[in-house]
Amino acid sequence: MEEIKKYEPFEVDQHITAQSRYYAGRMGSRFYIALRDQQKILGAKCPRCNKVLWPPRSTCGVCFSELTETVEIGPLGTVETFTVVTYNEPVQPRKAPFIYAVIKLDGADTGMAHFLDEVDFDEVHIGLRVRPVYARERNGNILDIQYFKPL
Amino acid sequence: MADRVAIVGIAQTKFAPKRVDVSCGEMAYEVIEEVLRQTGLEMKKDIDNAISCSHDIWDGQTISNIGITDVIGGHLRSEEKMALDGSTAVYYGTIGILSGEFDCTLLMAHTKMSQTNRNIVNNDAFDPIYTRLLGFDYTSAAALQVRRYMYKYGITPEQIARVVVKNLGNAKLNPVAHQSGNLTVAEVLSSPLVASPLRKLDIAPDTDGAVAMILASEKRARKITKNPVWIRGIGACYDAHYLGDRDLADVFALQKAAGQAYRMAGIKNPRRQIDVAEVGDDFSYQELLWMEGLGLCERGGAAKMLEAGATEIKGRLPVNPSGGLLGGVPINVYGLNRVAEAALQVMGQAGDHQVKKDVKIAVAQGHSGFCGQHQCVVVLGKE
Ligand SMILES: [Zn+2]
Repeated sequence: MEEIKKYEPFEVDQHITAQSRYYAGRMGSRFYIALRDQQKILGAKCPRCNKVLWPPRSTCGVCFSELTETVEIGPLGTVETFTVVTYNEPVQPRKAPFIYAVIKLDGADTGMAHFLDEVDFDEVHIGLRVRPVYARERNGNILDIQYFKPL
Repeated sequence: MADRVAIVGIAQTKFAPKRVDVSCGEMAYEVIEEVLRQTGLEMKKDIDNAISCSHDIWDGQTISNIGITDVIGGHLRSEEKMALDGSTAVYYGTIGILSGEFDCTLLMAHTKMSQTNRNIVNNDAFDPIYTRLLGFDYTSAAALQVRRYMYKYGITPEQIARVVVKNLGNAKLNPVAHQSGNLTVAEVLSSPLVASPLRKLDIAPDTDGAVAMILASEKRARKITKNPVWIRGIGACYDAHYLGDRDLADVFALQKAAGQAYRMAGIKNPRRQIDVAEVGDDFSYQELLWMEGLGLCERGGAAKMLEAGATEIKGRLPVNPSGGLLGGVPINVYGLNRVAEAALQVMGQAGDHQVKKDVKIAVAQGHSGFCGQHQCVVVLGKE
């Protein structure tokens, strides 16, 4: 039998598509309903650590307490870090160039990753005070906040 | 219970942008066959445990290791996969041998980054409820981390560009590296902006390849090689997931993982006792950040050490003499390659990129998740 040494590399073209529905849970459901219906941003309070966490979650990762209490945070916040993204990917909801930032909302001890807009790329800086712009049509997802913009 | 665990064999593919000539299994077999030949071991007779390291979404198969059981000796035998960085395969392989259950463990990490789109794959690492829909990937997340690090410690783009200059220069001496070059700081800083302040040359390129390694108990190691590399210490630690949960310039998880590994290895002063380090520079700035987390200098001090030449191949504490990940190593393989390169330094078999000083203790670091959420540290040593 002859061993084949030369061959044309053959590619198998595959696409994985999963239509997923992720349940937001006890805290996530409260957060998204408040955001969609009242344009309020909720965090979860850990009474033992005396910290307010965004995103709201049902367990404190530091002390392992079960968290049940939500508090309204923001809507104003401060930019902790940011980047100007120059490339496009189908998973991005905005067209490049756009700005990502981590924003610490007033009253929260952790930051929210989101978009910044209505600001010159050269003027964004750590410490910039920002406020959210809510989507006119809100569907109960993180894009109900369209982006943050300077005060 | 085994007293000590040694690395007794290492094989790496040449890392290449696109291996169209082989499937994942065939690529894995290249390094497995080579490491068995090198050590004179037989799969059925000698290897009593196997740990692979790959990723479901990268390979396009859940669970990714079920597609390679034949080549890793998993047919009707035990094989487990670490869906984390390759350094954790060393961690769990070591624990298995220390438990007394196994004597001779084959580790293998593989990924072909050319087979899919890295940003779309890595977007799936972000939690689906609050973050994924924003479109994040590892590069945009890393850009948030480097900005915070530069702000907090006054690090300049020029200082970070020097990591690229050093590592791509070192990569010229490493035959398995995928890219290398004589670059200047100005050239690095004029490469295209990807996610500010990160530029194209700050980012480890897409690469295909695999690494295999054999770990053995002391008793077995003595029979296999005259030049065993001892695993002196291991440590691993997780940090919080969400991008806003931690100050991204902090390195608490790495400090804890390193502390654990150093305690086990009896290292009290890493700056003096460690001779060479291979760290996970998926992005240029991470070399500096992880050096600080490993305690090789004070917080914010890594850039000065680099500028002083201390981390060059001929320096006081060479860091990434292999060229690091910027030279081109696939994701998931990152950490096993870090441990392999550190071990080659201890063996004195790193060839042209062998450091000039005598290497008694080497440290390797790997991480997985965006912004180094999970950290793993492996301390290696001579007799
Ligand atoms: Zn708590």
